[in-house]
Amino acid sequence: MTMQSSPPSHEKIAIRDLKFFYGDHKALKDINLSLAEKKVTAFIGPSGCGKSTLLRILNRMYDLYPHQHAEGEVLFDGQNILDPSIDLNFLRSRIGMVFQKPTPFPMSIYDNIAFGINLYEKISKAEMDERVEKALRGAALWTEVKDKLHASGLSLSGGQQQRLCIARTVAIQPEVILFDEPCSALDPISTSKVEELIDELKEQYTIAIVTHNMQQAARVSEYTAFMYLGELIEFGDTNQIFTNPVQQQTQDYITGRFG
Amino acid sequence: MSSYAIRKSRNFIAMSLCYGAALLGLTALTFILAVLVYKGLSGLNLAVFTEMTPPPGSSGGLLNAIFGSVVMTVCGVLIGTPIGLLAGTYMAEYGRYSALTKIIRFVNDILLSAPSIVVGLFVYEILVSTVGHFSAWAGIVSLSILVLPVVVRTTEDMLLLVPNGLREAAAALGLPQSIVIRKIAYRAARSGLMTGVLLAIARVSGETAPLLFTALNNQFWSTNINAPMSSLPVVIYQFALSPYKDWQQLAWTGALLITFTVLFLSVIARMLSSSKVQK
Repeated sequence: MTMQSSPPSHEKIAIRDLKFFYGDHKALKDINLSLAEKKVTAFIGPSGCGKSTLLRILNRMYDLYPHQHAEGEVLFDGQNILDPSIDLNFLRSRIGMVFQKPTPFPMSIYDNIAFGINLYEKISKAEMDERVEKALRGAALWTEVKDKLHASGLSLSGGQQQRLCIARTVAIQPEVILFDEPCSALDPISTSKVEELIDELKEQYTIAIVTHNMQQAARVSEYTAFMYLGELIEFGDTNQIFTNPVQQQTQDYITGRFG
Repeated sequence: MSSYAIRKSRNFIAMSLCYGAALLGLTALTFILAVLVYKGLSGLNLAVFTEMTPPPGSSGGLLNAIFGSVVMTVCGVLIGTPIGLLAGTYMAEYGRYSALTKIIRFVNDILLSAPSIVVGLFVYEILVSTVGHFSAWAGIVSLSILVLPVVVRTTEDMLLLVPNGLREAAAALGLPQSIVIRKIAYRAARSGLMTGVLLAIARVSGETAPLLFTALNNQFWSTNINAPMSSLPVVIYQFALSPYKDWQQLAWTGALLITFTVLFLSVIARMLSSSKVQK
């Protein structure tokens, strides 16, 4: 795919009539929306509204658990990822995910990043060193860890661990990165570092972020989706959603009057 | 009496009972260890590790019994551990939600608490009476059957303690499940898995009944797996029941050796599992 052939608002992921079930419980009702390429799309809404559920469909994370299934279509560059025949490991290498709680692997900082790369590419030690450094720089972590690359990933602080997880995701060169409340376990300074990082990452990646923090959604995203009780209430330009929402429910939620 | 005073005295009674029970258990253990050391240590000398079990009335050691115990324990653990690890892995990872896992867990719990003499008789029926003679490998098989449920249980428990978030994070990188298990889940549960194996060794190294029916005993040095083989628990059993003073002394010394080996393994297991908590 060449860069120029796609218009600026190219749909990277198109969600069509998406429904999701936990057993018999219908958690998502006919969701329709698109993620624009190399933009940040934020998902906001009260707990249990289905925003994390939606995110976990985009890389088929729900497949790890029984009694969960999705209906409808999720087109990733035109290919339906809900198709049972799709190669899940390949899909997940193209659509990365960063979780709410930092999850460094129980190994060294270096190996945390080299681990994923090793699976897809056979490269020399020197090239690997380069890739690890590039990934850590990309996640704004290099200067903090360059002298202790062989210390355990678990020895880092929470904010550093989360940036390590971002570096790990970036290292395998995905096209889309899903952030599931990436800052909810972090202090304000670490949060602003991760937000700056997301701002840089959108130059290369299509980003979807679920957040409980509305200021964060307003700061980092171009588009915002407001969800409530498994339904998409409103989706549009972040500016418009936060300054001039169409729906009363959206207005109530962003002004904190939600009951 | 005020309600506060009543509560306080109730607390005192409950606490005293707890202390008393703990003290009782500790006293029993201390007495056992003290008697073992007192009776066993006097017979502990170089000959114990260099000479064979003697006929009554002459001096000797426990070399053939120690060797047999080590061989059969090590081989039993080598057979039982991989099977147990794989079964536990199936239960915690691949088949976590399947009905088969529930059945395996139930059967495994029965096996875990089955009297070891039953296992000995079972192996006697299939490996001794069919062949017509006792053998070390029948002993190895019965020990591996005892190792199996311990390893299955600890493997499943330890893998279930690995947070799902770690598995999700690994899967989100596109790692196939087999790699997630081998490189992430095993690594995170490593010290717990090793603890399970050590506990299994501790469990079988003192087993007498299953060896009595399978490997029996051997007065002489033997490395033949297809022949009867001596072992510490069986020698202790035989020598302790004998009327000969020097045999009884060797039985005490053998008991001391087994007890402290098991104690040593337990301490290592405890250290491994506590180092896991600190991380």
